Amino acid sequence: MEFIFTLLGATLRISTPILYGALGEMVVERAGILNLGIEGTMLLSAFGGFVAAQLSGSIYLGLATAIAIGILLSLLMGFLSITLGLNQHVCGLGITLLASGLALFLFRIIYGGESIPPALEESFPQLRLFSGTILEPVFSQYVFTYAAFLFVPLLAWLLYRTSFGLRLRSVGENPEAADTAGISVFRTRYVALIIGGALMGIGGAFLSLAQLGAFTHGIINGRGWVAIAIVIFGNWKPWRVLAGALLFGGLQALQLRLQAEGVQLPYEILLMLPYVLTIVAIAITGRNASYPAALLKPYRREG
Amino acid sequence: MNLVEMRGITKRFGALAANDNVDFVVRPGEIHALLGENGAGKSTLMKILYGLYQPDEGSIVIDGSDEPLRSPADAIARGIGFVSQHFSLVPTFTVAENVLLGYEGRFRLDPAEMNARVAQLAAANGFSIDPAAIVGKLSVGQQQRVEILKALYRDCRVLILDEPTAVLTPRDTQALFEILRKLREQDLAVIIITHKLDEAIENTQRVTVLRLGKVVGSQDTSSTTSAELARLMVGRQTVPVQREAATGSTQRVVLDVNGLSVADKRGVQALRSVTFQVHAGEVVGIAGVAGNGQSELVSILTGMLQPQSGGVSVDGKPVILGDPRACTQHKIGRIPEDRLRGVIGDLSVADNLMMEQLDQFTRVGHLQPAAIAEHAQRLIEDFQIKASPGDPVRTLSGGNIQKVILARTLSQDPAVVIAAQPTRGVDIGATEYVHQKLTEQKARGAAILLVSEDLDEILLLSDRILVIYNGQLVGEFASDAVDLDRLSMLMTGAEKTG
Amino acid sequence: MSLGLRLERLPSPLWLRAAIPFIAIAITFLLVSVLVILAGANPLAVAYELLIDPLTKNSARADILVMATPILLTGSAVALAFAGGYYNIGAEGQLLAGAAAAALIGQYVGDLSAWVAIPLMIVGGFIAGALWALIPALLKVRLQVDEVVTTLLMNSVMGYIISALLNGPWRDPVSGWPQSPTIALSAQFPRIIERTRVHLGFLIAAVVVIALWWILTRTRFGLELRAVGKNRDGAQFLGIRVGRTMLTTALISGGIAGLAGVSEVGGIHYYLIGSLSPGFGYTGIIVATLGALTAPGVLLAALFLALVSRGSLTASRELDVPVYLGDVIQAVLLLVMLAVLLLNRYRIRRA
Repeated sequence: MEFIFTLLGATLRISTPILYGALGEMVVERAGILNLGIEGTMLLSAFGGFVAAQLSGSIYLGLATAIAIGILLSLLMGFLSITLGLNQHVCGLGITLLASGLALFLFRIIYGGESIPPALEESFPQLRLFSGTILEPVFSQYVFTYAAFLFVPLLAWLLYRTSFGLRLRSVGENPEAADTAGISVFRTRYVALIIGGALMGIGGAFLSLAQLGAFTHGIINGRGWVAIAIVIFGNWKPWRVLAGALLFGGLQALQLRLQAEGVQLPYEILLMLPYVLTIVAIAITGRNASYPAALLKPYRREG
Repeated sequence: MNLVEMRGITKRFGALAANDNVDFVVRPGEIHALLGENGAGKSTLMKILYGLYQPDEGSIVIDGSDEPLRSPADAIARGIGFVSQHFSLVPTFTVAENVLLGYEGRFRLDPAEMNARVAQLAAANGFSIDPAAIVGKLSVGQQQRVEILKALYRDCRVLILDEPTAVLTPRDTQALFEILRKLREQDLAVIIITHKLDEAIENTQRVTVLRLGKVVGSQDTSSTTSAELARLMVGRQTVPVQREAATGSTQRVVLDVNGLSVADKRGVQALRSVTFQVHAGEVVGIAGVAGNGQSELVSILTGMLQPQSGGVSVDGKPVILGDPRACTQHKIGRIPEDRLRGVIGDLSVADNLMMEQLDQFTRVGHLQPAAIAEHAQRLIEDFQIKASPGDPVRTLSGGNIQKVILARTLSQDPAVVIAAQPTRGVDIGATEYVHQKLTEQKARGAAILLVSEDLDEILLLSDRILVIYNGQLVGEFASDAVDLDRLSMLMTGAEKTG
Repeated sequence: MSLGLRLERLPSPLWLRAAIPFIAIAITFLLVSVLVILAGANPLAVAYELLIDPLTKNSARADILVMATPILLTGSAVALAFAGGYYNIGAEGQLLAGAAAAALIGQYVGDLSAWVAIPLMIVGGFIAGALWALIPALLKVRLQVDEVVTTLLMNSVMGYIISALLNGPWRDPVSGWPQSPTIALSAQFPRIIERTRVHLGFLIAAVVVIALWWILTRTRFGLELRAVGKNRDGAQFLGIRVGRTMLTTALISGGIAGLAGVSEVGGIHYYLIGSLSPGFGYTGIIVATLGALTAPGVLLAALFLALVSRGSLTASRELDVPVYLGDVIQAVLLLVMLAVLLLNRYRIRRA
């Protein structure tokens, strides 16, 4: 029993950054933009947040910086893919490469060649609910984790229960129709990118300001790509994206646990599973997958 | 009191006046048909009224106010609604979401309340529609109703519908006019752009006929007949006859088309058992108003569409349908409707000229540049293409692109030529050139099928004219016995029998 | 909509088109100067170290060829695919597949002469890369599933497969590290320039670039590939088998990316490790895009990026500028180039 609760707790923790990334990516893709810049955006946000927290001594300033970086990189993505109408995947990859390069470059400038960077003196604490009960291992989480779970219904509400969400989705499905209804396709897509970038920034900040309290080169380690897989796996729906993130987190938690227990098992199989499942899911649904219809298509008004 | 008064509207595109001093008046409580052939200027006039185009001259008064219409948003605010042929709907959204999109009125949305609002609006206007249904799963007729609801939700008092029945089944068409009648009872004005005379006669109070950008008639529907309207619309005095008679062994059937039927993407029957023959040395023209199945017929005959039933044979040999390569094998020369689909614009003129004969210009997978260049040079001279072999085709003018296609097709001595809209959008010189080349092919003994929306072109070139309406061949004329009045009526569905 | 296409669409004079890369490079260096100043170095000195200094020394010139080798191959792979309208983002995974095949074959060819062993590795690596490209390609051709995301995800899957193998059954028993056993001597690529690290892989890359040029400009397949890439409907109208052409394009692209893996295993490491590629597959996308999807463009772009990479090594040693400057420059150059091409087109159009 305790094993299961510990596993659950680890699952929630591991799912957190991926959930932020996936929710951010989901919002952006719902508006018709595939942001392959997510991997680099999360990395540079994690880095920037860490540096700001370290220099200022305020983890909150760190968090704000991480969010700001996420938004700035998303605005760059918007400029290239919306305003200039450039090929989304080349721009996105370019941003990932740029942000990764910048993070490593600046890290070296600020911290020199030290292999172990100075950790934060104060990182975000865990919030222990149900202390002393059997549920304690499940609910010993950072505030980010609780917040992530609040973002799921919040985004579901925003997407499906507000005029803003209706407009955002219309822009990703049929920008011509949105345009004729007087909705600014450009502005709506930019706003989606800003929301998405902020969420990606929080995801990066969670790793460097809470879970690790430090920054390493491999801190994101493909979590951005996982997030993209999970968005597809989750069919661009908040609750199903949550399920996908939990599935991934669960598999990884299980893998860590089994390794710790000394079980001989190629743990990569478990890590690979979400990707394979996503590809299988794409193959099965094929054309019927509920891709936002305008994904990857720059919008230009006719004539 | 007139609801809309458009006075002296002129709109030029380059040298062409799409609207030339047009007066157009709409009164509340009427359904008004705007009639005309393709290119008569109907759509331009309505796009001006909807704020999509700005007129070069003229004034527009809506409900007594003559503020300019700078954009569709202005027009919507002034009570103009527009239902285009291509719906602006989000297929994954519900009916209610589509209706409210952009005009939600508040930030928080409550689906139950939205559905109720839309259901109420629909009921008030005599519609029956499920506001919670997903639009992508609705029939075309129902989707059109959503578009009308959208306009009504935005308080439109003038509803413009562009070719509203082109995509509808007869039953949906009836239902549509019932709805329009109810709107008229509520003192809305409805304008339908159409070229179907029977519909106009049966369902409207007034008609305005445009021809070549000018108003040629505007009157109460009850005081006119479909024959008169057809004459006004088509309006030709003489049949131009300078054609050489069909030559050669005209008894020999080359192209045999038998019972072709196909449904379009929306499931509406686009062709209904189309059967005809074209003989050697004969030009057969398919006359018809756009959207009556010509595109589908051409797609099938050029290998781009697989029919549901029916067959095609050339010189008695059946052609495998749905495979463009089969066309080349059977020597079917193809001049496609959309010339930009007939060339690869980014590739050179030389490459485009030999793309149908790759086997001849490759040796073990290796292109033969010398042969390709020589071939290109020869065709450029023969067909007077103004370009060099290395130019990307997209840098050429429309007329020269068409010449590239002609050169590629006709240089292969085709047994059959499918010429679809061969002169659409090209200048007079190129038009004459295309006509001359087609005439040469006829003299050579090719069987030519000419599909064109330009009736003059059909009359000029064809030995025999077949009339297509609503996916069916409804009439046939020999070139020396064309009755223009009947032809007009057949084309516009005013007379249903062949 | 690819870059190369945009470049061709320019009705601008030749001198302007020729100037575009230089304008882009100049803007890139201006932007990056900010970082250089942050690092406390003189931008002009850094520019010298990056662009000029490596060309003055034999050893550095050789290093450029070594560094250009894998990205010439991945760049060619991506350029071919993009030219055919197939957006293969999966060169990274295909590279690893090729590397694994080469390491496996190389391990068991000790008894064969190099004349047999090396061709076996090359063929095996090509096939492995092509096979890894097969699944997304089939999904694309048969089910119209967009290839961008599937090829991207396949990269991660291959990463984990390699990791699982190297941590498990394929771990080198001699060293105990998570790397495959060293390949046989006969499988190790010979050096093609004395006293340098330039190996057979560069020759392979050069042959591939020439082959790319030949395929794209001289063969029927290349013509069909470009037709499909530019106008799928038109290609179908002209009787080209669109699906088959696209599938072949994807497989050849995957195979070429696989060769990059073969080259790194056979010419540099002599075994397979998880960190074999620091993103050569993604750099290939930069190379192909900068090279306007043409063979000469790929050649120039790969050599230029290799020059910058090599230069950033010296710059980091001599001027204490972090070596990652090279990565930043590559990414900025890509984005600037895209934007410059577009702005240029707009200006021309308005004129």
